[in-house]
Amino acid sequence: MTALSQIVVLAADEHGETAQNPLIPANYDILWSTVIFLIIVVVFMRVILPKLQKVLDERAELIEGGIKKAEEAQSEAAAALEEYTAQLTEARAEAARIREDARSEAGQIVSETRESAASDAQRLVETAQKQIDAERQQAIVSLRTEVGALASELASRIVGESLKDDARQQRIIDSFLDDLEAQVSSEKAKG
Amino acid sequence: MANLALGAATTAAAELAADDGDTTGLFGWLFYSDGFHAPTVEEFFPPAIFGEGTIFEFNRIMLARVIAAAVLILIFWLVARKAKVVPGRGQSVVELMLDFVRVQIVEQVMSKENAKRFLPFLTTLFLAILAFNITGVIPFINIAGTSLIGLPIIMAIWVYVLYLAVGVKQHGLGGYLKLSLFPPGVPKGIYVLLTPIEFLQVFILRPATLALRLAANMMAGHLLLVLCFAATQYFFFEAAGAMKAMGTVTFAAGFAFTLFEIFVAALQAYVFVMLSSVYINMAIEEEH
Repeated sequence: MTALSQIVVLAADEHGETAQNPLIPANYDILWSTVIFLIIVVVFMRVILPKLQKVLDERAELIEGGIKKAEEAQSEAAAALEEYTAQLTEARAEAARIREDARSEAGQIVSETRESAASDAQRLVETAQKQIDAERQQAIVSLRTEVGALASELASRIVGESLKDDARQQRIIDSFLDDLEAQVSSEKAKG
Repeated sequence: MANLALGAATTAAAELAADDGDTTGLFGWLFYSDGFHAPTVEEFFPPAIFGEGTIFEFNRIMLARVIAAAVLILIFWLVARKAKVVPGRGQSVVELMLDFVRVQIVEQVMSKENAKRFLPFLTTLFLAILAFNITGVIPFINIAGTSLIGLPIIMAIWVYVLYLAVGVKQHGLGGYLKLSLFPPGVPKGIYVLLTPIEFLQVFILRPATLALRLAANMMAGHLLLVLCFAATQYFFFEAAGAMKAMGTVTFAAGFAFTLFEIFVAALQAYVFVMLSSVYINMAIEEEH
């Protein structure tokens, strides 16, 4: 500052006239300075800077929005993955359960089928047995009748005497047959 | 680069033309010289373009200010008008400057909320000072709009009123006076010394130094440039023989000082805005 004022003083001396002090503003200097600076301040603070700031804010918002969106997408993807994994595990467990059920059911069916087949066979055998018994009984009855008739015929021919007396005849046959039966059963018991 | 000298010479030329009037055409005018003229303080009081002697007197420096303001507003308006979210090249440069003020100056000093509050004004201040300073090295203008004390004074007063108003609003009149004149954490006896100093600081020295620093830097820069290029002109066209060679030296010095002035233009804008932020921050902070 001292250097500057020295220059000023020197300059004034050289010219030999009273130069204006450059550190004291002239009135017109103040007037024009105020006008020009006011214009700049008003235009910048009212028009230009708000416009630029709006764009900057928009950009910041856009970037923040983008980051947020990406984060959301990422968390969504993670959630989906978790869900899918859970579902997959569940599906596997279900499949295993179904397989197990099917296996046990199959076993049951086989055993049931086997049982019913066995009972059917049993029943068939029983029926056949009963039929055989009935037929044998029938054969015995018819045989007894025929054998009696044949035997009496034979005996009458041999004896020459008609054994027409039914009652006596029947009595003889029956006792014969009883003897025969007894004989057969004793033989059977022996055999 | 000769243009720089030309601008400085314009004022002299105007006088010369009035004196002699027998310069022969552009060439004669361009290389006319009647001896070495050292730059004087008259540099800052060029002849009036109109309104001489009235408060509306308009001279070359006022013209430089008007041009600087017009160009600044035009550039920023063109950029702001079609500003997009995805910036073009021009918008990127503008945003770089805005970011510089915000990040490198204001947010270095203030908290982010306070910075947001004062950023529009401080950004405007920075850009305005830069524009007015840079005219000092723009060919054909060749004088910084801030080299005449009026504009720095207006800007300093604006900052002064702003920080006083902000301080009073924040702490109340008494609170602000107490805070700035009786800084806490000092033994009571020291206030006898400290309070007058603080009073000088807050109410006189801060705005005065803001204005003087800027104006003095710009004046000194302009005088240096004029000296260099006036000497170059003299050595090249008037000095005899070997002395002509000296012209290259002064020309190189002028070139170097031109680059230096560009740096100073930016530096002074930075310093002015940095100090303004500091003063505002001191006024709003609870304790300092």
